[in-house]
Amino acid sequence: MVLLGKWVKTVLWWLPMVLPAGLFVYFLSLGTATQSLSYDWLPQLGVRLSLHLDGLSRLFVLLITGIGALVFAYTSSYLKGHAYLDRFYGYLSLFMGAMIGLVLSENLISLFVFWELTSISSFFLIGFNNDQSASRKSALTALIITGMGGLSLLAAGILLGYVGDTYSIIELTQSADYLRAHPQYSLAVLLIFGAAFTKSAQFPFHFWLPGAMKAPTPVSTYLHSATMVKAGVYLLLRFTPVLGGTELWQSSLLWVGGITMLYAAFHSIFRTDMKAILAYSTIAALGVLVFLIGMGSNSALQAAGVFILVHALYKATLFLITGIVDHETHSRNVLQLAGLRKVLLPVAIAGLLAAVSNAGIPPSFGFIGKDLMYEAALHHGAGAWVLLGALILTNVLLLYAGFLVGIKPFIGPLPEKHAHLHWPSAWMWVPPVLLGVLSLGFGLWPVAASRLSEVFLPALGLQPPPALKLWHGFNLILGLSAATIGSGLLLWFLLKPGEKGLARLQKLAWLSPERLLGGFARGVGMFSVVWTNLFQHGYLRYYVMTIVLVLSAGMGYRMFNNYTWQTSFTPLLNLTVYEVSIVAIMLISIGFAVFSKSRLAAVAGLGVVGYAICLLFVFYSAPDLAMTQFTVDTLTVILFVLVLYRLPKYMQISNKLTIARDGLVALTFGGLVTLLALLVLEQPVQRDVADFYAANAYLLAKGKNVVNVILVDFRGLDTLVEITVLSIAALGVFGLLKLRLKTTERRG
Amino acid sequence: MTQQLLIAPLLLPFALAIALMFAWFHIRYQRVISIVGSVASLGLAIWLFGRVWQGGIISLQAGGWAAPYGITLVADTLAVTMVLLTAIVGLAVSLFASGSMINQRLRYGFFPIFHLLLMGLNGAFLAGDIFNLYVWFEVMIISSFVLLTLGGEKAQLEGAVKYFTLNFLASIIFLTALAVLYGLTGTLNMADLSVKIALIEQRSLVDVCALIFFVGFGIKAAVFPLYFWLPASYHTPPPAVAAVFGGLLTKVGVYAMMRVFTLMFTRDPFIENMLLVVAFFTLFSGALGAMTRNNIVKVFSWLIICHIGFMLAGLAMYSELALAGAVFYMIHDIIVKANLFMLAGVTNKITGTNKLQMMGGLYANYPKISLLMAIPLFSLVGIPPLSGFWPKLSLILGGIEQGHWPLVAMILLASFATLYVIARVWAEAFWKKQPEFERPAGFRYFGDYPVLKRVLMLLPIGLLALVSLYIAFGAVHIQTLAQRIAAELLHPEAYIEAVLGSTKELMP
Repeated sequence: MVLLGKWVKTVLWWLPMVLPAGLFVYFLSLGTATQSLSYDWLPQLGVRLSLHLDGLSRLFVLLITGIGALVFAYTSSYLKGHAYLDRFYGYLSLFMGAMIGLVLSENLISLFVFWELTSISSFFLIGFNNDQSASRKSALTALIITGMGGLSLLAAGILLGYVGDTYSIIELTQSADYLRAHPQYSLAVLLIFGAAFTKSAQFPFHFWLPGAMKAPTPVSTYLHSATMVKAGVYLLLRFTPVLGGTELWQSSLLWVGGITMLYAAFHSIFRTDMKAILAYSTIAALGVLVFLIGMGSNSALQAAGVFILVHALYKATLFLITGIVDHETHSRNVLQLAGLRKVLLPVAIAGLLAAVSNAGIPPSFGFIGKDLMYEAALHHGAGAWVLLGALILTNVLLLYAGFLVGIKPFIGPLPEKHAHLHWPSAWMWVPPVLLGVLSLGFGLWPVAASRLSEVFLPALGLQPPPALKLWHGFNLILGLSAATIGSGLLLWFLLKPGEKGLARLQKLAWLSPERLLGGFARGVGMFSVVWTNLFQHGYLRYYVMTIVLVLSAGMGYRMFNNYTWQTSFTPLLNLTVYEVSIVAIMLISIGFAVFSKSRLAAVAGLGVVGYAICLLFVFYSAPDLAMTQFTVDTLTVILFVLVLYRLPKYMQISNKLTIARDGLVALTFGGLVTLLALLVLEQPVQRDVADFYAANAYLLAKGKNVVNVILVDFRGLDTLVEITVLSIAALGVFGLLKLRLKTTERRG
Repeated sequence: MTQQLLIAPLLLPFALAIALMFAWFHIRYQRVISIVGSVASLGLAIWLFGRVWQGGIISLQAGGWAAPYGITLVADTLAVTMVLLTAIVGLAVSLFASGSMINQRLRYGFFPIFHLLLMGLNGAFLAGDIFNLYVWFEVMIISSFVLLTLGGEKAQLEGAVKYFTLNFLASIIFLTALAVLYGLTGTLNMADLSVKIALIEQRSLVDVCALIFFVGFGIKAAVFPLYFWLPASYHTPPPAVAAVFGGLLTKVGVYAMMRVFTLMFTRDPFIENMLLVVAFFTLFSGALGAMTRNNIVKVFSWLIICHIGFMLAGLAMYSELALAGAVFYMIHDIIVKANLFMLAGVTNKITGTNKLQMMGGLYANYPKISLLMAIPLFSLVGIPPLSGFWPKLSLILGGIEQGHWPLVAMILLASFATLYVIARVWAEAFWKKQPEFERPAGFRYFGDYPVLKRVLMLLPIGLLALVSLYIAFGAVHIQTLAQRIAAELLHPEAYIEAVLGSTKELMP
């Protein structure tokens, strides 16, 4: 797609839509049989790319490719002539591929791989208008929330794979009883929830979805309503046979789904931006789906399956007409839009059909969906009426929201400024009309959808359901449906849309999860600054001190904590007069160096320490070392003096307290190292290597001086490299002295 | 014959450095010699890798003195893998430096010292003698210090002082540990040490010695709370230098830890807890640090620290699986981190700044370069199936197997933080429109460079991106390699046999 960029923008504009359309036909042609396909990916870890097409994935695949084809077609006109159309199609195709992979994956890890790819392509698509800061911010928010969920899914996948000893979902289903009894069961469930709730925008993670509406409308239609956001629902459905059936699973889903649908449905009626209304009603619909999965009965799951299709059809229609209205009038405000039926007739028809299906008015497909929902709730047993009440309330509110978008802009008098509008290109108005007609068609001929629904429940390991029917006769459920529609219409006539409700709602905004989580994120941000600067403060002396303290603490801990002291200090009594006096000299000169007020004197003091070490070497019969030490020390002192001569006068800048603290640190560390040295000396000596050198220096290496032989022969490589070190240092000094770059020459 | 050639990865850069010094004033020749030499090094590394992969561990006794009396060079799978990675990064940086580095720096010996640094790295990887390892560390410190100061800018020197002081402190600590170890065992050969340390009865002294080694290597590897030098210095040198530092230098510390804590110090609760705690806080501090910074190079620097935590976590868990994860992560990380710093060098030349607030417009103005840069950026995050993702599988699974829940949680959080940080970099530097600000006078922009130079800058980024993609899509191969390395590390018998077993034939 990227390679063909220029062509896609001009003559080959029809090419992108061939891909989803072809896939749609392909998947349709596969019939209803279960298919699978598998490749090894990372066999060492049991990661396979195994694709498995069953009733559940079939429903999703057909949605993805079918709506995908329409959205691609719609885009060709909606973004006609856009400079980055090629990239747009690229991301969209990437997304479609990832989404198909997601619903076909039978291996947990490959499922995760595709899951993340949908998140990242969503990030790029939300941020498509990347010069607007709001777009960028929304893209980031969405990525953060769904990214968190993605990692949660990764952890869940690996955990389940570890517990169940396989990443294959089918095999996990077979050991479902074992998994449900396992101590890590709850953790796995919570992690799966973490993934599903963030992706499917459940309360309190829902707020990224309204923000995601910054994306171009085809993206909102495709990703953030019809397909991607349903991935969480898909995940829950997929895992129902593996993890479902427990109190934790069912009631959590009921609660979260219930709160989400009521919260979002309530919010949707106070919005005035068409896309915002749709965003909240989408969240509500996702809540309904989670709620149905939470009920968990056969009929509830069937209702969920049907509602996925119902919702995808009418919501995609509503989004597409929103896009057209926006494209033509440059406004999405329902307060300003009116009478557009006169200029955009096909769009108005599509809107009407979608709104009717959304409201569940017979004979639309939505009516069947709502029927099943109520039936499931009614047979739920305990608390059935509460569940039913929640569903009815949600549906009433959703009806209102649907009317706001699907009908309100098209009725009433047409404002003057929109009178000149013309029909958009057929590529734009045909897709919504087609979807709207499907919403109606599936209602009139439910047999068409029945084939999908027949294989849907068996994919979850349940009995196939009875065929879908439009008319069940006069019963309680019909009454409830009628009541829903009636109260919805009542609300429609009583409540006029306006800005006031929203304004009132905004007063409570500080309580919203978005603000609370945002505050939490800011808190993390502030903490990270504090924590980072606590350690990375810029003072070299404290860096050194920290390192020394860490080392001392570790050494002290290990040396004094359950150490069996076997040290005898008798060797210390065998010291000769010479040794004692040299040590005394060293101690005195160290003290002199430390307490001296002049740099020169301190250097001289250190020089004395060096010479004392020379003497020690002499006593222990190592004259070579003594001579080396003598030379090095003399040179050091001379160099020091030369450098010090150039430095400014010595100043006392530390106060007594710091001096005492530094002294304490130094003494602790020095003491510990000394103690360690004494302890090591107590250990039995291993002399193999040393004896070898002494014995063979002359015999094998032909050298009379063992030290020299070690340096130039036994360990000659070390010496060679050390010489190299000195050469490098010389080069460095040369560069430092000679090369001075100006600031303009920086960086490079 | 093969044995003798083990010294070639050391001699080749050494010879190159000398040849380059003879071309001191002819930087054009220097560029050519450096690039050709790097290609040769790469060929050599591939050849050596092939030999070890097929024929097993190779060892060389320097000067013909039998182990443990002389100095041993050992090429096991881990060592040759590191040598190979060094050669790849070396070639990339050679190209990048030829394109991006100003002539003044080249005239003062950048290339010779760069190759000496590579020699130091190869030496450290091949050393089978712990004192020899120390000597190679010296080479690395001094040459990296020279590279860091080359140019003598004020910021460079300030960073270099911290860099040198703390790394020198690390060397002294390393040397102290060496002395203690020699006092306990009387030997310096690592295979011999492996045998002899196991015999010591006073385990607490062994632990203290291990701790001192850990602090010494920990400073170099930039773990918590010893990492101070890294964020203080990595943003100061030119990008070519930062690339080789960011890619390879900290990993030498990790490599040394992997070596020492598998071959020499076998696991006991003290060492294990120490590694676990440090891994946890390294991930934590690195992630938080990266979130606080607004300079793209500083962000990358903090991410280095954060990701050292992944490798440390694998080492701490000590199972074959987790260790394979750590090795896999290291392979991925060396390539990606080196690439990131080169990438930052190019974005700097395009936008004229490293500050995220001031950057922008890359995606609009350079879409193809942006797509190229997206590869290392999102590989780093580990967006599956890119290269950073696969090792995390092993690490998380390893953690779950052993019930290290806090560490698993921290691995996930650190991954999340990386995702956030990189997404922010993308939004700020690539998506945003660049704000107007006063450009430094006389600044040479990317567009001002001749085509050849621009190619030389982009080619290595593409090269390393290709390697990253190979790691991603050839994950099976890398996983096989990593598991073999992990198995070799956990069962050092073959290593010991390769070093000490040949003793008899060499003895007179």
